[in-house]
Amino acid sequence: MLCIENLHVSVDDTEILKGVSLRINLGEVHAVMGRNGSGKSTLANVIMGHPAYEITSGDIKFKGTSLEEMEVFERARAGMFLSFQYPSSIPGVQVGTFLRKSVSAVRGDEAPSAREFRKELKSHMDALEMDKSFLARYVNDGFSGGEKKRLEILQMLLLNPTLALLDETDSGLDIDALRVVAEGINSITPRAGCLLITHYQRLLDHVKPDYVHVMIDGKIVKTGGADLAVKLEAQGYDWIEA
Amino acid sequence: MSGDIARDAVGDYRYGFHDPENATIRFDKGLSEQVVRDISELKNEPDWMTEIRVKAYHRFMEMPMPSWGNCDMLNQIDFDAVTYFLRSSEGTEKDWDDVPDDIKNTFDRLGIPEAEQKWLGGVTAQYESEAVYHSIREDLEEQGVLFFDMDSGLKEHPDLVKKYFCSVVPASDNKFSALNTAVWSGGSFIYVPKGVHVELPVQAYFRINAKNMGQFERTLIIADEGSSIHYVEGCTAPTYSTESLHSAVVELIAMEGAKIRYSTVQNWSANVYNLVTKRGIAHSNATIEWVDGNIGSKLTMKYPSVILKGEGAHAEVISVAYAGKGQHQDAGAKVHHLAPNTTSNILSKSIAKNGGRSSYRGMLQVTPKAKGCRSKVICDALMLDADSQSDTYPTMEVGNSSADLEHEASVSKVSNDQLFYLMSRGHSEEEAMGMIVNGFFEPFTRELPMEYAVELNRLLELEMEGAIG
Repeated sequence: MLCIENLHVSVDDTEILKGVSLRINLGEVHAVMGRNGSGKSTLANVIMGHPAYEITSGDIKFKGTSLEEMEVFERARAGMFLSFQYPSSIPGVQVGTFLRKSVSAVRGDEAPSAREFRKELKSHMDALEMDKSFLARYVNDGFSGGEKKRLEILQMLLLNPTLALLDETDSGLDIDALRVVAEGINSITPRAGCLLITHYQRLLDHVKPDYVHVMIDGKIVKTGGADLAVKLEAQGYDWIEA
Repeated sequence: MSGDIARDAVGDYRYGFHDPENATIRFDKGLSEQVVRDISELKNEPDWMTEIRVKAYHRFMEMPMPSWGNCDMLNQIDFDAVTYFLRSSEGTEKDWDDVPDDIKNTFDRLGIPEAEQKWLGGVTAQYESEAVYHSIREDLEEQGVLFFDMDSGLKEHPDLVKKYFCSVVPASDNKFSALNTAVWSGGSFIYVPKGVHVELPVQAYFRINAKNMGQFERTLIIADEGSSIHYVEGCTAPTYSTESLHSAVVELIAMEGAKIRYSTVQNWSANVYNLVTKRGIAHSNATIEWVDGNIGSKLTMKYPSVILKGEGAHAEVISVAYAGKGQHQDAGAKVHHLAPNTTSNILSKSIAKNGGRSSYRGMLQVTPKAKGCRSKVICDALMLDADSQSDTYPTMEVGNSSADLEHEASVSKVSNDQLFYLMSRGHSEEEAMGMIVNGFFEPFTRELPMEYAVELNRLLELEMEGAIG
């Protein structure tokens, strides 16, 4: 479903990704691990189409179509979703309004009726242990780290993507929030592909990856199963570089 | 003008259409003492009003143009090219069916009769110089609420008008208040008796139709002790290649413990000069609120003011301004704290886009007598591109040290990260921009009646379309 071939990406003439190849099929969970600055977040952002990144060579295909000519919002409407590491705040825009508009933008003709939407919203918010007072607040404005991540997962559940990119969704979460967020991710993975960017094993205790990739200096240097993450947690990255 | 050309001229402004000009009385262009006397005579006014007009006319002629605001644009005004009086209907009707068809259709398109049925306590609809329609709900009438167009107000209640006319905004306050006082026509006259709360808003709608028209409505609202009222006004005009002039004066008097809220959504076409003086006096424990939105016009210069005259009086000014291509919104607020323990809040939000210019001009005055007063001023500007301009001219005159004053100002840009975030949720760049802009104005729109808020949000979304390059 997602097919990345020898991807090179630069920001302001500095090469960040230096030849990344990756395939994600429907129903697969891929974890990408690596140190800060290794290019993990760049990978997630460039797949979604962040304008700051320039693809200098290589290609990304989603469901067989090259993303090169697709605008960010078209990617979203095609079924891609990015859970942000640092979601922007949009003062004055209420969460409830924002969610409704986003669902109708992304799901188009298949968007639920107002009544169906309220029902879906309530069941997802209950699952994520979010109070309905959230809906009247402004998008991410004055939110704690945990609240922002919950809102990201709520959006993912409502937008129902076929490819979910989760950029350090686990960082800044306490144990309870981590469990709730992980359950949200698990609920979509049977019908979606998932790319988890993470530093830590602890999310992977809850969301079992099919593949773990290690990224160092803009390249995927090692790929393994779930046990690779356990080994990284115990031994760090030095043994791979050695 | 063929349909296509008309559409080109109108552009995205959906109120830019016009009716045929079927005037029953139209004065020749230009201004003279005779024109002023003719207006007064035509309206069968008492002599004292004629004298006020003539005196004001001479003040207008003597006074120089303001040397601030936007002098280049002000000096382009050709006062000789303006039509100062145009009557388009024989009378002010109480039934929409009696209003001439063209005019009725126009107000239908603007949604006025519909809004009236749904949520308004009274409506006055002014077309060119005079009201063509006016009505008030019977229950309000029974409670003694007076709501007239200003011309009828003067006829029916000359003593009240004589007592308060020019009592808040003297003719000589500024060049344009002098002009208005000389040639005023239409506007609203409202008196709310002691203790009466007018629950539903009353609305005035001002429509200019003719080319080179001058509209000079005059509004006077008196809320007696412990009463309250919410007055809402809207305005639009056709888009022409030549300029029209709108110069109104609004005077509010809130007696002890009374509350007046005055809400405006100004959406003149981009060829209208909008030079308006709005001021209220708040007596002890009274509240005056200006909720003032400026989206249209070529040049707006307007600074809703409150004189806090009685102890414990409160002023609230919430204003937004949107300046697009070729527009300058020079707006703001003035509050004068003259008495102890008076309070005020000023919130100004402005957006400039496509080379537009928005300015905040504010005045906060605290006299030595105003012990223990509090004021908070917040000015936020949002820039949508690098060609646009936003500036702030705050003035504070503080005459005693017991005042608690806060001033915050910010200028921000729409960030790429915000746009990327919203676009990643399926919104096009224009839609994302529209959401950010509506969010920025939200503290203002949430104060409007819902129907107005929805309309304003829609307008701003339209403004964002096709504007991103």
